[in-house]
Amino acid sequence: MGRIFIDLLRLNRQFAAGIVLLSLVTLFALLSFVSPYPPNDSFVVPPDLPPSWTNLMGTTSRGQDLFWLLTFAIRNTLLFGITVAVISRILALVIGLVAGYSGGLVDRALMSINDTFIVIPLFPILVLFYFVMKDHMSWGLLALMMACLGWAYDARLIRSVALSLRTREFTETGIFSGMSMRRILVEEHLPYVLPIVFSTTMNNINWSIGFEVTLSVLGFTDINTPTVGVLIYWANQHTALVAGIWWWIFFPVLLVILTFIGLFLLAVSMNEHIDPRSRLGRSEG
Amino acid sequence: MSAPVLEVSGLRAYYRTAAFGIRREVRAVDDVDLCVEAGEIYGLAGESSCGKTTLIKTIANAIQPPLEVLAGSVVFNFKDQRIDMHGASREELRDIRWKRLSYIMQGSMNVLNPVRRVRHAFVDFAFRHIGRSKAEFLDIVRAHLRRLHLEPDVLDAYPHQLSGGMRQRVTIALATVCRPEFIIADEPTTALDVVVQKGVLAMIHSVQRELGSSVIFVTHDMAVHANLTDRLGIMYGGRLVEEGRTADVFRRPRHPYTAHLIASLPRLGDAAPKEGLTGAPPNLADPPSGCRFHPRCPLASDICQREAPPMTELAPGHRAACFHSDQVMPP
Amino acid sequence: MISGYPLYLLGRLGQFALVVFIGINIAFIVTHATPIDPVEQSIAAATQFGSTSPEAIALMRQSLRELYGLEGDLAEQYVAFWRRVAVGDFGPSLSAFPTPVSVLIGRALPWTVSLLVVSTLLTWALGNLLGGLAGYYAKNRTLRLAGLLAMAFHPIPYYIVAFLLLIVFGYLWPVLPISGGYKMNMTRDWSWEFIGSLLSHAILPVCSLALVGLGGWFMGMRSLVSNIVTEDYVTYAELGGVKRGRILGSYVMRNALVPQVTGLAMSLGAIFNGAIITEQVFGYPGVGTLLVSAVHVGDYSLVLGITTVSIVAVSLAVLLIDLLYPLLDPRVKVR
Repeated sequence: MGRIFIDLLRLNRQFAAGIVLLSLVTLFALLSFVSPYPPNDSFVVPPDLPPSWTNLMGTTSRGQDLFWLLTFAIRNTLLFGITVAVISRILALVIGLVAGYSGGLVDRALMSINDTFIVIPLFPILVLFYFVMKDHMSWGLLALMMACLGWAYDARLIRSVALSLRTREFTETGIFSGMSMRRILVEEHLPYVLPIVFSTTMNNINWSIGFEVTLSVLGFTDINTPTVGVLIYWANQHTALVAGIWWWIFFPVLLVILTFIGLFLLAVSMNEHIDPRSRLGRSEG
Repeated sequence: MSAPVLEVSGLRAYYRTAAFGIRREVRAVDDVDLCVEAGEIYGLAGESSCGKTTLIKTIANAIQPPLEVLAGSVVFNFKDQRIDMHGASREELRDIRWKRLSYIMQGSMNVLNPVRRVRHAFVDFAFRHIGRSKAEFLDIVRAHLRRLHLEPDVLDAYPHQLSGGMRQRVTIALATVCRPEFIIADEPTTALDVVVQKGVLAMIHSVQRELGSSVIFVTHDMAVHANLTDRLGIMYGGRLVEEGRTADVFRRPRHPYTAHLIASLPRLGDAAPKEGLTGAPPNLADPPSGCRFHPRCPLASDICQREAPPMTELAPGHRAACFHSDQVMPP
Repeated sequence: MISGYPLYLLGRLGQFALVVFIGINIAFIVTHATPIDPVEQSIAAATQFGSTSPEAIALMRQSLRELYGLEGDLAEQYVAFWRRVAVGDFGPSLSAFPTPVSVLIGRALPWTVSLLVVSTLLTWALGNLLGGLAGYYAKNRTLRLAGLLAMAFHPIPYYIVAFLLLIVFGYLWPVLPISGGYKMNMTRDWSWEFIGSLLSHAILPVCSLALVGLGGWFMGMRSLVSNIVTEDYVTYAELGGVKRGRILGSYVMRNALVPQVTGLAMSLGAIFNGAIITEQVFGYPGVGTLLVSAVHVGDYSLVLGITTVSIVAVSLAVLLIDLLYPLLDPRVKVR
């Protein structure tokens, strides 16, 4: 794994660029731990100051230092994405591996349900969810909800790999030597699907952050926990663009776009690494 | 005697890849010379990964990276046209393809476009050479199919609706509809079961006799060669190691590898089990020194490790590349 | 083959029923998992904007209790919920009382559907065409650059791209209308002027949907094509001297389209999400804008109505693609 990582870093520019971008974003998020201001205090600095050496990204109309506020926001946003990814990975792995391994009727039933979750439009459902939860809505609850709805696409990918593993010799050896299904899946099949799980994780984080930002900007989440989306929400509430406080919008959007592109580059380059055919194509061109 | 239809000289084609900074070179075809005379069926034999298919691709100029041609030439002398396959322009090549030179490919399963009816293949491949109106063209195609004992209905079928043997027959009809002077057949019977195989071979043979075409016929199956081909070339490790009239090669092989191939054919009354070759086929990314067969050869001596034996004419029209060809035992 | 099609049809219809069933159930569970009394909350939210007569409130409460399924036990609530969904009756809207929810949705739906159809077809066709060319002519620099551009926008969520376009064309270079479906106060008389206004108002929403969508189709098609060019039937056609354009069109692209159509069916849900988010940014008078404003004014029946209609509409669109699919792939088998 480490060897692959170094190879990718050295020879794949997309991967290297993705790592650099994400390292910068992570580093920025880590700065929140040394922030001089707590995230929810307002009017700790003069409001509406443009970026300067004392306030690197300026200040908001609510008297917050945007630089330090954004460190908290990106930290929460990243944590949100990772939480959704981890929970939905577990669901996707279990369903994908079991469907691929079992085949037949079990596979068909699971994949029908799976396709259903791929097709159902989530946005209205999440809005409905917010609507009935209202003030009870929290960051964690939204993460849980999104994890429950966002595993399907990746389960399908994992299942297709598991399906091909099923007919391999080591699976049959495992069955004949009396290994349980759980042990075969965990010890024999899991290592094969991990690379895919890795690349889908990046896509999934992207997807969930995208939704979180969208819902927050509309005010359909807990607007008291700072995330990048919530920041943009408050900027809109204070009509920052009309008032000329452009930095309040600009820096959150910039940061979140860098995150998206970083994650995307990682996912794409890893996909390429997994698929040897496209790797061959790349080595010639 | 007129010039041979196909002259291959000094042909060398390697696969060159570079993945993660590591260069690799697979010497799939190394210094091959051969000729095919008008109207004959030339057989090409050898185990898998010996370079047969690469040689065919190179002859047909179906070269895609990472395959590269490094040296040598491939020249066809058609009735009124001489063409150098690697020197000709795209348009010149397009002009001879199917009219003068056609192919029957390995793995007939997938050579027809899976989402379109068979009819479209005939139109795409042959219409520009036969011309006339679409209706007349299809009449010619139908007549050709009937001559080959195929129902003209197959034109309206999708490839997946035909059986493997049927698909291969359709491909043969497709390859011969323009009455080409030269046909390249690359393992056309490999994926078929024995009964179907026999029918397909008979079909190729009869259509070849009717058209008077020359054929290069590639298969690893020595029994097929014995029954079908006029002359036979044996490849091993990217090189041609023996060539001669099929009957001569079978009667008196001059290369130990050929002898082994012939000996491994089953015969009536066999009692003892066949002796296999020890060792694996050579790794063409790092071929053995000298004669590429020496690590597996029962006759190998010091010189075989040091020098590559040249192709030498040992009897009229019978060449082999072996230092110990006189010791090779006839079967 | 003939025996295969009815089976395929049955399978697809079953999948359609399953999507609707599970979708509606999720909606039911979500609305019933709430710890708060949604009825009183909704009424409070709905009445704070103006005076509503006591009779209207009583009617509302009764209608809400039914909708929320608070009348009878859980089984009865469940049945009642389905009955309403089945006949498409979500009761009166609370914010536009007493206009029925179905009328409001019916008014908004054509906007969303036309926005979706136009942008999706455009994006899908363009993405596949460019991606196919980029896969076939892998060394072409212009196509590589196009790919890079398409990929740069792809990972950014719909909302942010729409927002960026809004800033660029609303504040920095205000040349395009950034809000609404047509010019305000214009009569909807289908004159050229009105149609022109419709089109110009659709440019930005369509563009932002296309910017996000292009990259996915582009990359998918490119990698499909780069695999298909190594297939036997392509090599064979090349050996047969078939023209390059014909190989690209009827051999390479034609085969690559098969999985791309499946991909389209699979992505419709996500594309729909994108459309309603984009609508909201540009104040486009479709379902998305309606949904967001319904949340803001606390119109529960409208939110629930839109959610259910969305689920059914998207599943129907998927079914439609599934039914057309055999025209593209003659090998249809039951999955």
